[in-house]
Amino acid sequence: MNALIALLSRIPLDLLLVALPLAGAALAAVWRSNRTRPWLLPVVGAGHAVLSLWLLFVPPPIAAGAWFAFDPIARAVLPAVSLLFLLCALYGVSYLRVRAERANRVFVALLLAVLGLLSAGHMAGHLGLLWIATEGVTLAALPLLHFSDTPRAYEATWKYLLVGGTGIALSLLGSFCLGYASLYGGGDGAGDLTFTALIAKGAVLSRPWVLTAWVLLLVGYGTKMGLAPMHTWKPDAYGEAPGIVGAILAGGVTTVAFTAILRVRAVVAAAGAGPIADRTLIAIGLFSLVVAALFLLGTRDFKRMLAYSSVEHMGILALAAGLGAPGLWAALFHVWGNSVTKGALFLSAGNIRRAAGARTMDEVGGMAMLTPVSAAIFVAGMFAVTALPPFGPFFSELLILRATFHTGHGLAGALFLGCLLFAFFGLTRVVFAIVDGRPRVATKVAGRRFSETSGVIVPPLILLGLSLWLGLALPDVLRDSWTAAVAQLYPAP
Amino acid sequence: MRIADWAADDGYRIFADEPTGLVYSPPAIFYPLLTTRYSLLLPPMTGTLNLLIGLSMGLNLMALGSSRIPSLIRAMSVQGVVLGIMPLLMEHHIVWPVALVALATVAVKGAIIPRLLQRAMRAANIDRDMEPLIGFIPSLLLGAGGTIVAMALARSLPLLPEHAGSLLVPGALASVLTGFVLLIGRTKAISQVCGYLILENGIYLFGLLLIHATPLLVEAGILLDLTVGVFVIGIIVDHIQRAFDSLDTSKLTVLRE
Repeated sequence: MNALIALLSRIPLDLLLVALPLAGAALAAVWRSNRTRPWLLPVVGAGHAVLSLWLLFVPPPIAAGAWFAFDPIARAVLPAVSLLFLLCALYGVSYLRVRAERANRVFVALLLAVLGLLSAGHMAGHLGLLWIATEGVTLAALPLLHFSDTPRAYEATWKYLLVGGTGIALSLLGSFCLGYASLYGGGDGAGDLTFTALIAKGAVLSRPWVLTAWVLLLVGYGTKMGLAPMHTWKPDAYGEAPGIVGAILAGGVTTVAFTAILRVRAVVAAAGAGPIADRTLIAIGLFSLVVAALFLLGTRDFKRMLAYSSVEHMGILALAAGLGAPGLWAALFHVWGNSVTKGALFLSAGNIRRAAGARTMDEVGGMAMLTPVSAAIFVAGMFAVTALPPFGPFFSELLILRATFHTGHGLAGALFLGCLLFAFFGLTRVVFAIVDGRPRVATKVAGRRFSETSGVIVPPLILLGLSLWLGLALPDVLRDSWTAAVAQLYPAP
Repeated sequence: MRIADWAADDGYRIFADEPTGLVYSPPAIFYPLLTTRYSLLLPPMTGTLNLLIGLSMGLNLMALGSSRIPSLIRAMSVQGVVLGIMPLLMEHHIVWPVALVALATVAVKGAIIPRLLQRAMRAANIDRDMEPLIGFIPSLLLGAGGTIVAMALARSLPLLPEHAGSLLVPGALASVLTGFVLLIGRTKAISQVCGYLILENGIYLFGLLLIHATPLLVEAGILLDLTVGVFVIGIIVDHIQRAFDSLDTSKLTVLRE
């Protein structure tokens, strides 16, 4: 028994977080039965969730200068992604059963590969490794987007590829610039691209190169995150992709891009350009908020509405990340709130979309009659995401608002509040048009083919419950993990 | 292939008797002339390297000015070969990882990807980008302006002594800008892919600055990106074609607000 424990403690659990999903992906690629293959998703997802929660409670020791570690930043956000994936995976089993006519080998394998690469990206302590992981996620997600095989889905995939590919190329150029800044600085560890080495060399990094790198990396990873004006792929991709893919893109892929920006910001701050980085983050965050609020007031499609809502929340994250340590703490809180709430919204929207057979408020109505539970989750999720008090996002946004006034960005705070209000108008406008009223005749016919089984109801309900739980009873371990991550990104002088 | 052959290629014949036709050739010749003056002061390798970078800047402009897709593909692939042999010139004694990177780059950028694109082109039965969003002359002007901006921008960035006097940074930025113009300004999927590859070429050029310092990882990352990226793009192009019966991305307008 003791030997077993000794053996278990020898296994690098953080590596397992990447290896397990990738092994699952390989297994899915050779799995014979189309009917049983989807069960690999929740099995691997559960293993991943158990591992990441275990590491959340028992943080592993970190070797200095490791290329790859479950460091405080990974600890602060990766469990949220893991939980989101598990619940999406449970939903995925029912979803793929409904779509049994389509082969799901590629879908299941790549979804698991996305989980593995997302974990790698969250834990990457090396600039090049981070880039490779993000690139891998981008490519692996492509076939997931056109799973429905319609011309519109291919169009969305093409846009995602062009815009996302350009973003990823720019982030590589930015990584090179940062590498050259380190090389130009000379001395020990010149050209060492681990974040710890870059931060340690902060003072001697070449400033013009660091600033060039910051611009390119912010644009590059900002594209992946979906910050305006690089958000153009988002409405199409989220609109056309299946609900679970949308949820994982909005709650997981955006998170890895956000942590990438945070890690780079720490290097830029170490090089003495922290205030400039913060100002750009606030500016791009507010711009995203304004753009998202305006488009939310105009859109009539409820899946595209979710995409603009995601742009809005990415704007909130960027804004918060530019507000110093308290803002960053709130941003990490908001990452959790956003992930679980967006998950609930995307999954329930997927149900409504399938029952209604259409996506715009001109064609869909009265869904409270046809899919009462999904409609209720959708409405509650909408209130959660627009920061109604007992839900998690309310508290994180309140903390962000406090941080704006504390740091003397009163105007930014006012603009933030205004955008939230307009986003609220935009969201309620679409959501109630879909939920209220009488079902259209065409919708009634389509709706008869769809039944709300527990498989498609329970996962979004749990995600909504998690959002509520974050607001009502935030566990201490999460607070500690965020404080530790803030301490890593803002090292005490 | 000689530059003269290039200018005589189909794509340029239409411009041949116009005075603007001169725009295509000078940069390729101009930069080496410009740099040989400095090359007396610099290690001999930098002179050759700058000559090649000058050539790649010229190829950028050829790509921007060509209305025919085959010449666009050729400009892109020749640029890939030119970039591929550069690492060999930067070394005094060649080590095997660098040689391997060079070989792989030449093979991928110079042969495999152009073949794939040519096949896609033949399958789609198109060879001209007739309705670009940014016309050929405006995109040429943008490219030329971009090259000047790149030179000016590169001046403000400090360089290590061993890179001083090299055109790596402006060359890289010029290719990136060219790639952007093609990505935004062209409507055919294949032209956009060529634009993306020219953008990647620029990034590769920049990566040469770091070839001694960083592990092979970064270099490997680029190749992986290229191969997988184009492979995937190829599949998507195939699907778009089947779905829309054309490779014209301007017809992809269903998803518009």
